[in-house]
Amino acid sequence: MLFEVRWHGRGGQGVVTASDLLARAAIIEGKYAQHFPEFGPERMGAPIRAFTRISDKPIELHTGVYEPEMVVVIDPTLLIKTEMILQGMREDRPLVVNAKTPPQTLVDRCKEKNIKLYVVDAYTIAIEVLKRPFYNTPMLGAAVKVSGLVKLDSVLKAAELRFSGDILKKNIEVIKKGFNEVKEYA
Amino acid sequence: MGKVVGLMGDEAVAQAVRQSNVDVIAAYPITPQTIIVERLSEYVANGELDAAFVPVESEHSALSCCVGASLTGARVFTASAANGIALMFEITFIASSMRCPIVMAIVNRAFSAPINIHCSHDDTVALRDASWVHLISESVQEAYDNTVQAFKIAEDPRVLLPTSISLDGFILSHCLERIEMLDDEVVSEFLPPRKAEYKLDPEKPITFGPLALYDYYFEFKRQQEEAMRNALTVVKEVAKKYEEISGRKYGTIKKFMTDDADVVLVCMGSAAGTARVVAKSLRKEGKKVGVLSVRLFRPFPTEDVRETLENAKAVAVIDRSSAPGCVGGPLFEDICTALYDLPERPLTYNIIAGLGGRDITPDQIKQMYNIGFKYIEKGKVEDKVLWIGVR
Amino acid sequence: MLKGWKEIPIGGMILEPGNSVNFKTGDWRAMKPVIDKSKCVKCLMCWTLCPEPAIIRHDDNSVDINYDFCKGCGICAKICPRKAITMVPEGGE
Repeated sequence: MLFEVRWHGRGGQGVVTASDLLARAAIIEGKYAQHFPEFGPERMGAPIRAFTRISDKPIELHTGVYEPEMVVVIDPTLLIKTEMILQGMREDRPLVVNAKTPPQTLVDRCKEKNIKLYVVDAYTIAIEVLKRPFYNTPMLGAAVKVSGLVKLDSVLKAAELRFSGDILKKNIEVIKKGFNEVKEYA
Repeated sequence: MGKVVGLMGDEAVAQAVRQSNVDVIAAYPITPQTIIVERLSEYVANGELDAAFVPVESEHSALSCCVGASLTGARVFTASAANGIALMFEITFIASSMRCPIVMAIVNRAFSAPINIHCSHDDTVALRDASWVHLISESVQEAYDNTVQAFKIAEDPRVLLPTSISLDGFILSHCLERIEMLDDEVVSEFLPPRKAEYKLDPEKPITFGPLALYDYYFEFKRQQEEAMRNALTVVKEVAKKYEEISGRKYGTIKKFMTDDADVVLVCMGSAAGTARVVAKSLRKEGKKVGVLSVRLFRPFPTEDVRETLENAKAVAVIDRSSAPGCVGGPLFEDICTALYDLPERPLTYNIIAGLGGRDITPDQIKQMYNIGFKYIEKGKVEDKVLWIGVR
Repeated sequence: MLKGWKEIPIGGMILEPGNSVNFKTGDWRAMKPVIDKSKCVKCLMCWTLCPEPAIIRHDDNSVDINYDFCKGCGICAKICPRKAITMVPEGGE
């Protein structure tokens, strides 16, 4: 079973890291994975995307992700770009967003398209623990919970490959918080 | 055996080079190759790799430095892409003519202009007549495996030619995939230190690079041709030895469902995997399709290609580079030449696709196959060269 | 007799060191230097500056010219402080 994830965010927010860690977590579990960012204008603040592919079998595809099984939006200011976020999404697929309350237009469009909307307040989690607005790791935790793609433990192991010391401790905390606090928006 | 890790294509190449115990690395950074050279400079700085890392002021100098180092008997590596390859073009011929078994990673990137950092095969195909052995990678695993094998091929006394390993820029170079790395000791055993029969040695002076005019130049070119013919055998031998340590099979080409295929798609690089996925799904619809991907671009495996394609009704060839004014792209011309001596030839058509990093999508590949079935039905090729994916 | 591609070292390598001495390169001079030993003061300026080097230096610092390799550039004649070297046309004697 091939599972494709699309991540939306802005340059500098760690979008690439989130996708990378998800792929590494899958590899740690013995699965096959790909992670590739979209390389466009490489400047801070530009909207960027990253993609993760996970499968039980070797992945031969080397092409873009056009019909993702899940979309994760790390940056809340992108939530008004409804069509960009929902592009290629099919029915019943989860959309995980960083918001306290998502914009009404997005909620309405998700209902119309029968897409499951999940929210997590990554802003509050990040500010509480990291003291800075880094949303990527709490969103990673949320994405793991919603998709059930990999075990939380594997993601934490992947985080150990990337971070160390205090930064690792804090990121583990926010991943767990994102994992525990994400919920379907009703 | 080995260990499973997640690595980007560039990182995988750098790891393979580290394990291959190179003596000298001279390179100039250029996207999307940069990570390879960055990692190698870190390995050298950290003491993980006992090699001389020579930062140079241009790609022309990078390869010149490699030539000098290689002539001392050292194992030498460099990496470049696109415009960097164009700048080192002069030295690419000198490296092969002086029989320097340098290994170079080419991270495929489109030639300027307009400036583009993404994948076309322009750089590799530009070196097709430079008397280099060219290996093409389809995945991160293959980029790793090809790098280790490249040193063994290049340094074989029957070959002694520079060898390139190509990987698609960004699509593979910056894509993290699961790969299996060999243990350091296993690679060391596979690649013992280079033993150069002839080298620059003050104790035993010899001359490299003298003048040879119409009296001898011709003879040296004939020797290179012989080395290339030998390389065809050596590539297969090395693949067999590599299979023993890795369990992974390599050849000059990769065949997928070609045996009874009506339409075979021929391509190089990362698009091959996508093509196989599409071919598999078309097979489920009852369409007899196959994929032939070329791993060894030079020396061109003419016999293997001919044998694989002789029973096909139509052959589509993807070129990820354009050759304006030619009959078709460079790979297409090779394939057509290989097929020409058959008593009954399949219909052949060329597809220019994926230039400058434009995605080669499953839908495009379906379209390429469908064109083949249409041509078979009509009994002739309508458009010899098609540009697919262009607006 | 020129050799075939199987008979010569690869890549244009010349395996025999110092084989340039086998090739007499002094046969195309237009002018050749001649030393008047009575004027020579053994200063060795010619020996120092000859680009070939085709000035033979003896134990007593007296000099002779190796015509096998002298290409007749005239530097020795020009530099000689005693004008002990003159350039004379080839093929005269």
